[in-house]
Amino acid sequence: MGAVVGTLTMQTKQRRPSTDKADDDLEMTMVCHRPEGLDQLEAQTNFSKRELQVLYRGFKNECPSGVVNEDTFKQIYSQFFPHGGERSVLFVCVCVCVCAPSTCALINMVFLPADASTYAHYLFNAFDSAHTGSIKFEDFVTALSILLRGSVQEKLQWTFNLYDINRDGYINKEEMTDIVRAIYDMMGKYTYPVLKTDAPKQHVDAFFQKMDKNRDGVVTLDEFILSCQEDENIMRSLQLFENVI
Amino acid sequence: MAAGVATWLPFARAAAVGWLPLAKKTMPKPPVDNSSRSDEILYVNVSGVRFQTWKNTLDRYPDTLLGSSEKEFFYNEDTQEYFFDRDPEMFRHILNFYRTGKLHYPRHECIQAFDEELAFYGIVPEIIGDCCMEEYRDRKKENQERLAEDTEANEATDAPLPPHSTSRERLWRAFENPHTSTMALVFYYVTGFFIAVSVIANVVETVPCRPPKGRVKDLPCGEKYQLAFFCMDTACVLIFTFEYLMRLFAAPSRCKFMRSVMSVIDVVAIMPYYIGLVMPENEDVSGAFVTLRVFRVFRIFKFSRHSQGLRILGYTLKSCASELGFLLFSLTMAIIIFATVMFYAEKGTKGSTFTSIPASFWYTIVTMTTLGYGDMVPNTIAGKIFGSICSLSGVLVIALPVPVIVSNFSRIYHQNQRADKMRAQQKVRLARIRMAKKGTTNAFLQYKEDRALGDPDSDNTALCVKNRSAFEHQHHHLLHCLEKTTNHEFTDEMTYSELCMTESVGFRTSRSTSLSSQQGVQNNSTGCCPRRARRRAAMRLANSTVSVSRGSVQELDTLHIKTTSIASQNRSSLNAQASDLKLNCGEPDFTAAIISIPTPPANSPDESLPSSPAPIPGILRNTRARAFTHETVKISSL
Repeated sequence: MGAVVGTLTMQTKQRRPSTDKADDDLEMTMVCHRPEGLDQLEAQTNFSKRELQVLYRGFKNECPSGVVNEDTFKQIYSQFFPHGGERSVLFVCVCVCVCAPSTCALINMVFLPADASTYAHYLFNAFDSAHTGSIKFEDFVTALSILLRGSVQEKLQWTFNLYDINRDGYINKEEMTDIVRAIYDMMGKYTYPVLKTDAPKQHVDAFFQKMDKNRDGVVTLDEFILSCQEDENIMRSLQLFENVI
Repeated sequence: MAAGVATWLPFARAAAVGWLPLAKKTMPKPPVDNSSRSDEILYVNVSGVRFQTWKNTLDRYPDTLLGSSEKEFFYNEDTQEYFFDRDPEMFRHILNFYRTGKLHYPRHECIQAFDEELAFYGIVPEIIGDCCMEEYRDRKKENQERLAEDTEANEATDAPLPPHSTSRERLWRAFENPHTSTMALVFYYVTGFFIAVSVIANVVETVPCRPPKGRVKDLPCGEKYQLAFFCMDTACVLIFTFEYLMRLFAAPSRCKFMRSVMSVIDVVAIMPYYIGLVMPENEDVSGAFVTLRVFRVFRIFKFSRHSQGLRILGYTLKSCASELGFLLFSLTMAIIIFATVMFYAEKGTKGSTFTSIPASFWYTIVTMTTLGYGDMVPNTIAGKIFGSICSLSGVLVIALPVPVIVSNFSRIYHQNQRADKMRAQQKVRLARIRMAKKGTTNAFLQYKEDRALGDPDSDNTALCVKNRSAFEHQHHHLLHCLEKTTNHEFTDEMTYSELCMTESVGFRTSRSTSLSSQQGVQNNSTGCCPRRARRRAAMRLANSTVSVSRGSVQELDTLHIKTTSIASQNRSSLNAQASDLKLNCGEPDFTAAIISIPTPPANSPDESLPSSPAPIPGILRNTRARAFTHETVKISSL
């Protein structure tokens, strides 16, 4: 009898389980953003029509819904950095180079896998100027326009906004430490020479001193721009990224 | 590399501006990029279907055909497009891969066709998206199994014996494939018969026979006719032992053979008898002896060599081992639970049969399998309630793993059916292929005939020539060149068979001529096709005209005269190659022509003999054996 029931159940097993259609529909109607017209964007940014077309095609291909949410953004950005054995593309122009000959414990480094998500989070916030929680094409293109085709002032301002995590107009030491630590996180475990635990802190100390002119513990926009303009290396480097697109 | 990486790299590089104020060292120079930034549309023509895509799209995967410079090989300057002579349906999927970064497997396509397309376009199948990967893998595995099965089946059954196999190898082959030789088949059936006899004897032994005079009680037949049964048993065991020892001797790997299931069954089948012989008729050990006799029933498993269905069943059970294990485990769990419950439910009642939990096991099993013998029945209400729950759950628990086992069995059974069908169809297929091949050879022979006949008459040849395509011309020219190279000519099957027959006839008649050098030739050549020749002689000589045979005999006589004048080394080569002759004459389908009787190379065929129409057999010539192995080419004529 059990066998009979068994074979009968086998027949019914062939039917595919019906999917819940309602949820799918809901998801599809939820987010689908279209950017402003091409002419408008061309006027607002420093890109030509062709460049905008190329950019948009790539953007739309990756995000058919027209927006990037933070998780996707983190995922995309992480692809460029070593991530604990996963395949990725190493970004050629990694700039940070540590030379601190202190003998700190290496144990911390063992438990710190390469993690670009922290920095990606800050980057996301910098791109998402309207704080909507998702980056639309306009945001994307505006930021790129500043970074690649903007004036030195604009670039530095954008960078200041990046560092100013809580958007209060000042960079304090904690914010800078967070940023620097996030940058160091992207390096991962396998560096030469081996990363020490206090490397970010030392890094911050050096730079914060340089930037905080009036020693009030915070860096304002003007201080930031001024200190950057004084540094020749930074000025020179800012020209490097103009031909990325 | 995901498509996303290529698209988003510029953005990631731009975002590096954020590091600049914090940089300890200066940035390195960016790489110089000379390539034109503007994107262009490429046209790809696949068998007439035009696809258009951005160059950037294709550049995303530089290690494939379309993404690398390899596609330049397919560029057509006149039409300014890339032309591929491939399946446009499949190309859709390939191009979608470039566009979306995910490769999908179209379910309605043949897996091999798909694989070939991927190989052509330089795409590794491993990047098939997760949505389609499982389907792809299943289909591929199924296909591979099927192909492996087919080749295995082909090799196993139809492969001809390698010429220099030892007697041991031949014996093993005879055991594994009884259909290869009549001896093996006879042995196969004999062993089968004895297995049946042994099993029936075991069964009948216990049936009560009429008691002999002087006894009242019924006696089992085994004790009444003890000697008879003993003799039968001995005979069976002797046969089985002999068979086992022969198999052991013939096995290519004795250790592997001894570990195989069938050999274990064989051993278990014959061991009890020998142990019984050895053991004394002691009352103490007779109990154990009786147990041993039970093992005799394992002889019935020897039938699995004879029955494929049994093997399938065994294989199914083996492959469903995990499901069966699960079934057993869940049943055990349920039995213990319900037995405990029933025991405690029925504990109070007087005269309850549920004396202990193990005793309740029996009730639970009988109830769960819905047998319900009724020897143990709950009396309390609680007991009845739990008993009914027990029987209901039994149905469910048993019903769960059964579909898996059933579907497994069905799959294996169908596979087997398919294998048998394939084997049956294979012969038809091969025959058809052979016929097609023969067609081309016949065309060539026809062409030669026409040419030969039409030589003096130029009009005819012109007509013949006109009716052939360029391909046929070239093909025939090729065959012609081969003929000239080897100084032999192509002929057809009928001619060949007749030649074979008349050759043996001719040799037999020439026995009367006292050419001693012929002896060796004769013996070998009659060995060539004694069967065939005799058969054909019986059929043909009755019908064929005497003149034909005489004519051919005459020709053969002239041949014989020629052979005597040849140096001895030719004779030895004749002897050596006559064995090839033997092999190929015996083949029913004449896949190769290896006739080798030395001839004076100076004589060209057309001059030495009167030309005659094709069916009349002619002189045998030297051939290069290996050259014709793949064509239905026969010995030369004319």
